[in-house]
Amino acid sequence: MGTHGKMIRTRDLNFLQRIYIPEILKGMSMTIAQLFKPKFTVQYPDERFAPEKSFRGRPVLVEENGVERCVACGLCSRVCPALAIEVQASETELEKERYPIKFEINMVRCIFCGFCEEVCPEEAIIMSDEYLLAFTSQEEAVFGKDRLLKSAEEMKGRLEWLRNHR
Amino acid sequence: MAKITIDGKEFDVDPKLTVIQAAAENGIEIPHFCWHPKLSVSGNCRMCLVEIEKMPKLAIACSTQVSDGMVVRTDSDRVVKARNAVMEFLLINHPLDCPICDEAGECKLQDYAYKYSIGESRFTEDKVHKPKRVELGPRVMLDDERCIMCSRCIRFADEVAHQPALTFTERGTHVVLTTFPGQQFDSPYSMNVIDLCPVGALTSRDFRFKSRVWEMSSTDSVCIGCARGCNTQVWVRNNEILRLTPKQNDEVNGPWMCDHGRLDSFRHVNSDARLNGPLLRKDNAFVEVGWDEALSRIVSELRTYRKNEIAAIGSPYATNEDNYIFAKFMRDVVGAKHFALAEHVKPGDQDELLIRADKTPNAAGAQLMGFATHALAPMLEGIKNGAIKALYVLEDNIAADPAVADILAELDLLIVHSCVRNETTELAHVVLSSATFAEKNGTYTNFLGRVQRIRPAVTTVDSERTLDGFSMSRWDKFAAHNDRWGKGPRRDARSSWRIIAAVSGVMGTKMKYAASDEIFKELAEKIPAFRGLSYLKLGSTGATTSAGAPAAVPTPAHS
Ligand code: SF4
Ligand code: SF4
Ligand code: SF4
Ligand code: SF4
Repeated sequence: MGTHGKMIRTRDLNFLQRIYIPEILKGMSMTIAQLFKPKFTVQYPDERFAPEKSFRGRPVLVEENGVERCVACGLCSRVCPALAIEVQASETELEKERYPIKFEINMVRCIFCGFCEEVCPEEAIIMSDEYLLAFTSQEEAVFGKDRLLKSAEEMKGRLEWLRNHR
Repeated sequence: MAKITIDGKEFDVDPKLTVIQAAAENGIEIPHFCWHPKLSVSGNCRMCLVEIEKMPKLAIACSTQVSDGMVVRTDSDRVVKARNAVMEFLLINHPLDCPICDEAGECKLQDYAYKYSIGESRFTEDKVHKPKRVELGPRVMLDDERCIMCSRCIRFADEVAHQPALTFTERGTHVVLTTFPGQQFDSPYSMNVIDLCPVGALTSRDFRFKSRVWEMSSTDSVCIGCARGCNTQVWVRNNEILRLTPKQNDEVNGPWMCDHGRLDSFRHVNSDARLNGPLLRKDNAFVEVGWDEALSRIVSELRTYRKNEIAAIGSPYATNEDNYIFAKFMRDVVGAKHFALAEHVKPGDQDELLIRADKTPNAAGAQLMGFATHALAPMLEGIKNGAIKALYVLEDNIAADPAVADILAELDLLIVHSCVRNETTELAHVVLSSATFAEKNGTYTNFLGRVQRIRPAVTTVDSERTLDGFSMSRWDKFAAHNDRWGKGPRRDARSSWRIIAAVSGVMGTKMKYAASDEIFKELAEKIPAFRGLSYLKLGSTGATTSAGAPAAVPTPAHS
């Protein structure tokens, strides 16, 4: 058999080990010690967990001065391994020339990998800290621009984190 | 013959060739921007620099003629370094526009940046700014910042389109492409510069921003805009045609196509006027019915007429296969006595390059199947004087001519195949929705007698992208039933030959063809001009009928 780990058989145990009481006490003392340490458990859904900025919640589109940063290049849609994103470009009078007339993410398809955020040349799609995603129908899970757009102000934390960690 | 060595391999080549041509002929691609096989040599991009033994400096392969014993290296350190330097220079002022540029994904500069550039720029200064969104003409948009001054478009306008409207002004990095004052680039071939432009400086005003190129599938097909039958690629996303581009076929269209063909020849496929299943006239209004009802109505109606009261009009828009089956059915099964074909010729709208006055893709083929244009006038006369009472029209809006419409109104029975609602379907008693060129297999015969394949790119209710071997985009491959994308409207429309074979079946004469190639096989045996041809022989560039250019095909002289 293997060279690692010695097999312990019941008949090899000494008396103290055989009556289990010291071992039980050892375990209990560990449990009791934990009672006096700070708690990590969150009483979800009454309490909500606030993720770190590195957390990858559902993707959002960044809005700046009333327009989305997105130029509808379609790279996020291309890179998305789950094919969750559909972009339809159109022309705008703005300097950026191109904008998404339609931008949809199917949150049922999304696997929160963050590839879209990583590939985006405009820092227009980023991961948020939203993780509350429950739907009662397929259609409800398809987010259009109305539910995707978040102001750069609101997303400041994540944008800063990205700048420092990329 | 000259013996030359390229990268250690010896080739025997025509001494009249340049190094870039000799290499291309032997499957070696020397990177280039400004050189194009169908345009004059300009030698300004410097991308095709190669090392030639006994020449002190690197030479440009596009303008260096081969000579016996020449030894060329396309991959030596000096060449690689020079190419990288050329790329670095080109990219100095090239904007970082890829995310908004339509060319991305089919851009030579992008491709070469991956292949031949180390990808580092030492340029930290501000890039030169130039005009963007310049309308060069009604169909072509220019972004001067993206232009790499290759002059392909200028040479095309001069040499091929014969409308020398484009030129460079200014010098050095400030060069801008522009039209001569007061001119616009509106040649009927203007959009070819979009394909020619190695970067996204020239884009289509029609296709602009509609789709990224990697989101579409592309299918080899033939333009139906005129009797030339330019080879094309049909680009489809969400089951909708978004653009056509030319596909090189030196026997027919070279690498070009006309703007009319590119823009107007596919609109009807996506149009709102499309028919979606058969229609029957009941009490002077159309009702949508199933195929079975429509077919049995046709059969019961046709049976009430004597053979010489029935006439058939073939279609220069339908395929050879459709016309063949139609002729066979009307002649052998129905026993009709009158066969004719309508002409769609725009006298004078023809030139030396591609455009033909005959605005249909298959007049030659329809005539070879037995539908003669000269028989049309007597047939209409027969309808007028009541000798002909029933008419079956294959895919042709003959009533667009009001005089013809008046005559058709006299008919007791008018059966029409059509893909859209039009003047002729309005007069019909039975309308059968037929598939468009983009939804079926088949062949067209162009004015030179060249037989060329079309292939389905758009699915109908009956066809299935995966099972029927359509070309597929990534979305087509992975769309699930509940995804909104990867779909798009599908119509209940069938190839005309399928519809006719079904009518024949109801009449008691079975026509058993599984697919259009079986019909082609049969017609190649029966019609002398097609003898010896098969889909395999047609391949990707087509083959010519033994009839060549049929004399009866209307080819009015250039006027
Ligand atoms: S996070 Fe990943 S799966 Fe979700 S949309 Fe972005 S790329 Fe697609
Ligand atoms: S990658 Fe960024 S800019 Fe491009 S379409 Fe996606 S969100 Fe828009
Ligand atoms: S517009 Fe395009 S084809 Fe014309 S010179 Fe510039 S890069 Fe070349
Ligand atoms: S020349 Fe004729 S066949 Fe060619 S693209 Fe134009 S219309 Fe189509």
